[in-house]
Amino acid sequence: MAKLSEEQVMLRDMAQNWVKGESPLAAWRKVRDADEAAGYDAAVYAEMAGMGWTGVIIPEKHGGVDFGWMSLGLIVEECGRTLTASPLVASAIAASAIILGGSDAQKAQYLPAIASGDLVATLAVDEGPRHDPSHIAASVADGKLSGTKMFVAEGDSAGLFVVAASDGLYLVAGDASGVTRAQRHMVDFRSHAEVRFDGAAAERLSSGGDALLGQILDRARIITSAEMFGMTLQAFDTTLDYLKQRVQFGQVLATFQALQHRMAGLFGEIELTRSAIETALTTLDAGGDTGQAAALAKTRANDTLHVMSREAIQLHGGIGMTDEYDIGFTLKRARPLEQAWGSSAFLRDHFAQLGGY
Amino acid sequence: MATLAAEATQSNALEAFRMDVRDWLSANFPPSLKGVDFAMSALEGPAEPTPDSEAWRIAISNKGWGTPTWPREYGGGGLSGAEANVLRQEMARIGAANPIGGMGVMMFGPTLLEYGSEEQKHEHIPAICRAEVRWCQGYSEPNAGSDLANLQMFAKDEGGHYIVNGQKTWTSGGQWADKCFALVRTDKSHKHEGISFLLIDMTSPGVEVKPIKMISGESPFCETFFTNVKVPKGNLVGAEGQGWTIGKRLLQHERSGIGGGRMAGMASLSALAKAVIGTDAQGRIKDAELRTRITKLEMDGRAFVATAMRVQAEGGVSVASSILKTSGTKLMQEASELRIDILGMQGLGWEGASEDGGFTQEQIDQTRGWLFGKATTIFGGSTEIQTNIIAKRILGMLDHQ
Repeated sequence: MAKLSEEQVMLRDMAQNWVKGESPLAAWRKVRDADEAAGYDAAVYAEMAGMGWTGVIIPEKHGGVDFGWMSLGLIVEECGRTLTASPLVASAIAASAIILGGSDAQKAQYLPAIASGDLVATLAVDEGPRHDPSHIAASVADGKLSGTKMFVAEGDSAGLFVVAASDGLYLVAGDASGVTRAQRHMVDFRSHAEVRFDGAAAERLSSGGDALLGQILDRARIITSAEMFGMTLQAFDTTLDYLKQRVQFGQVLATFQALQHRMAGLFGEIELTRSAIETALTTLDAGGDTGQAAALAKTRANDTLHVMSREAIQLHGGIGMTDEYDIGFTLKRARPLEQAWGSSAFLRDHFAQLGGY
Repeated sequence: MATLAAEATQSNALEAFRMDVRDWLSANFPPSLKGVDFAMSALEGPAEPTPDSEAWRIAISNKGWGTPTWPREYGGGGLSGAEANVLRQEMARIGAANPIGGMGVMMFGPTLLEYGSEEQKHEHIPAICRAEVRWCQGYSEPNAGSDLANLQMFAKDEGGHYIVNGQKTWTSGGQWADKCFALVRTDKSHKHEGISFLLIDMTSPGVEVKPIKMISGESPFCETFFTNVKVPKGNLVGAEGQGWTIGKRLLQHERSGIGGGRMAGMASLSALAKAVIGTDAQGRIKDAELRTRITKLEMDGRAFVATAMRVQAEGGVSVASSILKTSGTKLMQEASELRIDILGMQGLGWEGASEDGGFTQEQIDQTRGWLFGKATTIFGGSTEIQTNIIAKRILGMLDHQ
């Protein structure tokens, strides 16, 4: 672990305890079984807001606590461990766009509501099934935004959209006339709505400059990595526990060297990934250039969770294939997150371009 | 706020120290040694000292800064970790390499500081700090490689001294060493508990060293034969039977050393490929598959460096040492293989008799480095042994034996 401040240790411990007590995997199973479009329990999100988590990266003068991205990463990682469903990540990404690109009036209008948990916000960029921020057709004329955004995270419940248009980022209220949503029922049972904007009233985030979208995508990649890393750790721990108690041929599986070496290999990958994500989070807090750090963090988070989610099923054997057992949830949530904000292939290309080759 | 004020005072003190270091370096570092690296002496043997290199060695030895964090009373610099970092940064800034190195500094010294008697520390550490005594490692034997505890070289108790008989192999730098720290057997009835840690003078009668020629053409390792070698009892480190514990501790230092610090030059892969293969209209390396492989390696290299820094921040030798060794050596081997793919035939040159053999020295070194690099996943505990250690000691998976 990176060196944490007292506040960060407190936050992490609080998140650990809360997740264990109030939001175990069984809680996600209930949400999954309820199968509602929003894909999370609003009462649980209100509880998270009550602990201040919705305002971690929001400045104090706008109702947040301004603890920074590393702090948010610690919370998100813990939530990822039990697949706690909430719009915490989506709202933080959207909030960061307003913090970096919004006017004083826009900040004063929206940030306190996001910090209090009353307003769910989300970033809408992609117009196809694969992440591709270089192709954006959505456009704005006379303050009216038109275009269709696909697979928008928390798009079913969002009260505010940060929308990428051809000439920059815009804010569109969820209840504005001209906004329609269609649910996309997906393997992770979370919200990835198609959102159509048909001449919807939009205000530009005009303070950010041309680099704004790139900066927000870096933040999205880094914080999503933290969630994925929590999922990876949980799958690893669960699998290791299982190998230590399952007996075949009169021996626990953990005594077999073929399995030991696979787990040791995964452990090594996990340690490298932890370093990449922590570096990205601290770079973000230090105000450094995050382009390559974010691409590295998300690529490692993608690849490590990918292999872990497959190995977890394989090493559990038949029981891992049953819906009754939780490990399948990891696999089903992993793939949508791997696609979000850039697959590994996309991000490696991005990394190389930033490196000038 | 109290912590902020304390941190500010601390950083002021460090900046003052930095100025002292700069003054001292400008007074003592001979400019002729700028960019001269002393690390290759481990492979090619010690270079003849020049008046300048000798002056630099003596100056840094007197200051204790060749072993900056070791205690002053044994000849070290007594610096804090933060001060040592400043010293490293300032030396790197002016291209000054540390002439104090080798196995004494990397492995034996830290272990003796932990387990040696006062008398042993005073006898051996100052000479290591001054690079006056060269140490080699007597661990592996023909039948004790990965199964190191199977070692058979026997030290027989003869009252005031031991009589040592047996053979060691892969003795790094054995032909240039003055002394050897060795694992010997003092008890044949217990495998691990029968091992002791003994210091042997390489000039003793009965010690014979034969260099082994490697696939890279170099001979950095030796076979070492011990026939009725007399070793004083005072050369036993720790107690009889404690050798396995001490020896493993030393290996942790070795593994951190092998894994870390070998990623230098990695970032140049993309630059090399751009120069050799060329770029398309978008500035991308023309060979798309090679570009992807280079990107993967450079990204994994970054994650590795970030991990090495994290391990250091977490306090040095730790459970992660094994991870650094396995991942660092693997990355380094991949980088060498990739460099051949970038250079093609030009990346496989060998030294020849003629003056113009068609290869630059750098290219010939690359060939040697590529070949020698194959040893790194074998020595210091092979990748397979490291993987066992991770599974058993870190993950608590039960022993299969």
